[in-house]
Amino acid sequence: MSDDAPIAGGWFAGVDPDDLEAGASAIREGERSHPRDWPALAVESGFADDEREYYDLLKETTARATKAAVSEAERADDRQLVHAVRAMDDCERTANELAERLAEWAGTVDSEAGTGIEYARSLSSGGRSLEADDRRIVSLAERTASLADEADELREFVERRTPTVAPNLAALAGPVLGARLISLAGGLENLAKKPSGTIQVLGAEDALFAHLRGHAPSPKHGIIYVHDAVRGTHPDERGSAARALAGKLAIAARIDHYSGDLKPELEDELDGRIRTIRARTDGKPDADGGSDE
Amino acid sequence: MSEPALPDGVERRSFDGTERLATRGEAVYGEPTDGDWRAWNPRRSKLGAMLELGMETGLAGGETVLYLGAASGTTVSHVADFAGPTYAVEFAARPARDLLEAADSRPRLFPLLADARKPETYAHVVESDVDVVVQDVATRGQARVALENRRFLADDGRLLLAVKARSENVARDPAAVFEDVRHELADGYDLLECRRLDGYHVDHEAIVARPR
Ligand SMILES: C[S@@+](CC[C@H](N)C(=O)[O-])C[C@H]1O[C@@H](n2cnc3c(N)ncnc32)[C@H](O)[C@@H]1O
Repeated sequence: MSDDAPIAGGWFAGVDPDDLEAGASAIREGERSHPRDWPALAVESGFADDEREYYDLLKETTARATKAAVSEAERADDRQLVHAVRAMDDCERTANELAERLAEWAGTVDSEAGTGIEYARSLSSGGRSLEADDRRIVSLAERTASLADEADELREFVERRTPTVAPNLAALAGPVLGARLISLAGGLENLAKKPSGTIQVLGAEDALFAHLRGHAPSPKHGIIYVHDAVRGTHPDERGSAARALAGKLAIAARIDHYSGDLKPELEDELDGRIRTIRARTDGKPDADGGSDE
Repeated sequence: MSEPALPDGVERRSFDGTERLATRGEAVYGEPTDGDWRAWNPRRSKLGAMLELGMETGLAGGETVLYLGAASGTTVSHVADFAGPTYAVEFAARPARDLLEAADSRPRLFPLLADARKPETYAHVVESDVDVVVQDVATRGQARVALENRRFLADDGRLLLAVKARSENVARDPAAVFEDVRHELADGYDLLECRRLDGYHVDHEAIVARPR
């Protein structure tokens, strides 16, 4: 576009004033290094009759452009997060499976073979030396270790991303559990629309269907079990704790989806509820079985 | 010393027996209202705090404004209530959604989802020679942002800048951070007044400047 034409580079250049859609994409996609007196130029070029009309058009068009950009960005954000947390789980699970296979195999040639990702890492970094014949084992260890590294990096990405996609949910659930809930619901909007009773059992679908078919008791909690509010509560009261937690998570997801405001008081409210619930089992033995995740 | 006059369209009015700054417009963030008037909470608004502290903002009412870091529209909605055409730039999608709502009832408030570090992405929309640039981006490189956006400002215009120390460096002494920011700003601006917003906003400094 040449800069001599009177309206060169303005968002309205070549745009029909009646075509809001075209104006909105010009606003979103246009670029120019320096501003000019756009209202005057728009009138001069006949885009608008007067300044007042120009501003009216600008108003309608910026609102439309920004609305479209916002929805697009938000859709992209929670979808990115869902992919990342699923990829993270896949990498972790696969790395663990491979580590098991590796330990089994390495055990046949190395009497002091260890287990798990740690062993894969020590093999791949040359921390333990095997015979030249066992190159395949070392190579498998390297791949296992780098898959575990990828899982760690994905976890870091999720930890950074969840607070921007869903700040209240991330604060209340922790970023990884928050991302898993969004993933299980199929997006933040879906999560925001779920009643808290559904959030309470997200991730326990098998148990829930068994219950609905009449084969089993109703599940008390899904993946929110890993949250300290549930896990750290006496087994007798875990159902209540899960209900209280799910209630707050539902509110957090709704605020994140519909308004985006920060509500730090949600955390205090949850703490208060959990303290009350735990007080009921004060003094009872077996506060926790101590299982890890 | 006499307090500078408030801009036209901003008044001190009584809400539940307390004198507070107020503008006329639709409520945005649950602030108390009285007829058409709504209270302007200086604890939630750095520009509100600047006015409350009696800083010489040069605002008279009716100005053309470029507002950087509009977030969900708390402050920029008050600005649009007393100013003229107001361009509101925010780069995070979530708050921008609320900004859209605040802009709904304000015919001269133009919301833009854009990065204030990249003025070339909105120079085809925001007009030249605006009277005021208000900046509250709370992100690293706040002086840089102000310098980049100087191109929009009229020669006799004003930059009203809120600097958040922790956004530049959480570990450093805020006073040293402000010192650096002032120093860097001097590349493109004459600083007219600098003041801490203590009591309203922790570790923030407000700066009034004009392009040099
Ligand atoms: C402290 S908040 C602003 C509050 C707002 N000025 C008010 O008083 O209502 C800072 C805002 O700046 C935005 N921001 C940070 N960096 C930005 C950039 N480079 N461009 C545009 N906005 C930015 C953030 O997303 C955030 O919403």
